[in-house]
Amino acid sequence: MDLVDKVQSGSIRGIARTISLIENNSPQKEDIIDELYPHTGNAMVWGITGPPGAGKSTLVDCLIKRERKQGRRVAVIAIDPSSPHSGGAILGDRVRMQKHSTDEGVYIRSMASRGHLGGVSVATGDAVKILDAARYDTIIIETIGVGQTEVEIIELCDIVLLVLVPGMGDEIQAMKAGVMEVGDIFVINKKNRDGADRLKTEVEYVLGIKNALTGEEPNPVLLASSKLDEGIDELVEAIHDYLKKAQATGRFEEKRRVRIEKEVLKIFSSKVHELLNIHLNIENNLGEWISSILNGETAPYKLIKSKLNRFVKENEII
Amino acid sequence: MAKTVRILVAKPGLDGHDRGAKYIARALKDAGYEVIYTGIRQTPESIVVTAIQEDVDFVGLSLLSGAHNELFPKVVELLREKDASDIIVFGGGVIPTEDIPFLKEKGIEAVFTQGTPIKEITDFIEKRLEK
Repeated sequence: MDLVDKVQSGSIRGIARTISLIENNSPQKEDIIDELYPHTGNAMVWGITGPPGAGKSTLVDCLIKRERKQGRRVAVIAIDPSSPHSGGAILGDRVRMQKHSTDEGVYIRSMASRGHLGGVSVATGDAVKILDAARYDTIIIETIGVGQTEVEIIELCDIVLLVLVPGMGDEIQAMKAGVMEVGDIFVINKKNRDGADRLKTEVEYVLGIKNALTGEEPNPVLLASSKLDEGIDELVEAIHDYLKKAQATGRFEEKRRVRIEKEVLKIFSSKVHELLNIHLNIENNLGEWISSILNGETAPYKLIKSKLNRFVKENEII
Repeated sequence: MAKTVRILVAKPGLDGHDRGAKYIARALKDAGYEVIYTGIRQTPESIVVTAIQEDVDFVGLSLLSGAHNELFPKVVELLREKDASDIIVFGGGVIPTEDIPFLKEKGIEAVFTQGTPIKEITDFIEKRLEK
């Protein structure tokens, strides 16, 4: 049985192996993903993001429990950073979810960011497709602990939960662009700590300004304690409500359309890049190009334009 | 692109002494491997499921309670049952020297006792990958 069949039949080894192939950028990657593609699109993809130590993994643990209670099969992709020095990584998000390890309806996969900077890894999007084709109902992506700019998670998910904790800064932080803008639902975790209510008010205030401009319904801001398992039922209800509403208003389909658009453009760029790399033999010619810039024969834009023009003419593209 | 080596560092049994396991995990990270760490008090069943879900090449078991003769072989046995005998198992912790031949016979490929230089472990991993 080949890997594609194994994935579709739900074989854990098959799924795990296939994700590794994708992560290692195997030559089989593109065929596997294309073959699985028609079987994707059924799972709901939830993104969980927030700063390090906000309690994301513990929250995921609580969410798995609720989804399993509803009989849904759950897959989790938990991303941690790779070392910029050795390339190694410690993937420790599972520690908080390990009680689900022997539940056959739960698959958990730790992934290292492998140098990618968007809060996820390059392979995360394709790993979601594999898990979707393996018929998991809910796929949860937990990003690495994010700062202000790691927002790639919105391109992969139907809904994003931004997990915040009190004591990490004042209202000005909440006003800034970036991560604060990617949340569909805001979770104020560790709600029994001082400042949780104030943070909730601040976040609501900032969101209120945004919503006043766009005319959209206010995003839910919910207090929770994932460690004490409090406020989680309300959160799960809000998630399902949000998804239902998004489906009813067409926002859901629109998001998925944008996701495909971004993916197609990404593949296009990388393929064009690959192709031209080969045809212009950049590896061998680059030294010469740099020299011609250094000795004043040409300038960077001029040089690249002339190379591309020649490529187009020689191949009679125009 | 070369395959990145993935290693599960797991603590079976009931002892809560995880300094050794955490030290090994960090050292292996610094050696360039992706290390999955699962915390203390894991059953052989959960270790094996985790190893398969994470598609690891190696499982490193750490135990200080004395139950290694039962729990280490159990992990190897369950991996075989799940058709995953290609995953290589090694162990460490407080293991009396006289128990090592028995553990090796049961399929634990290497046993590293207290004070083993980390280089010995990475050498074992690299040599085993060549095979």
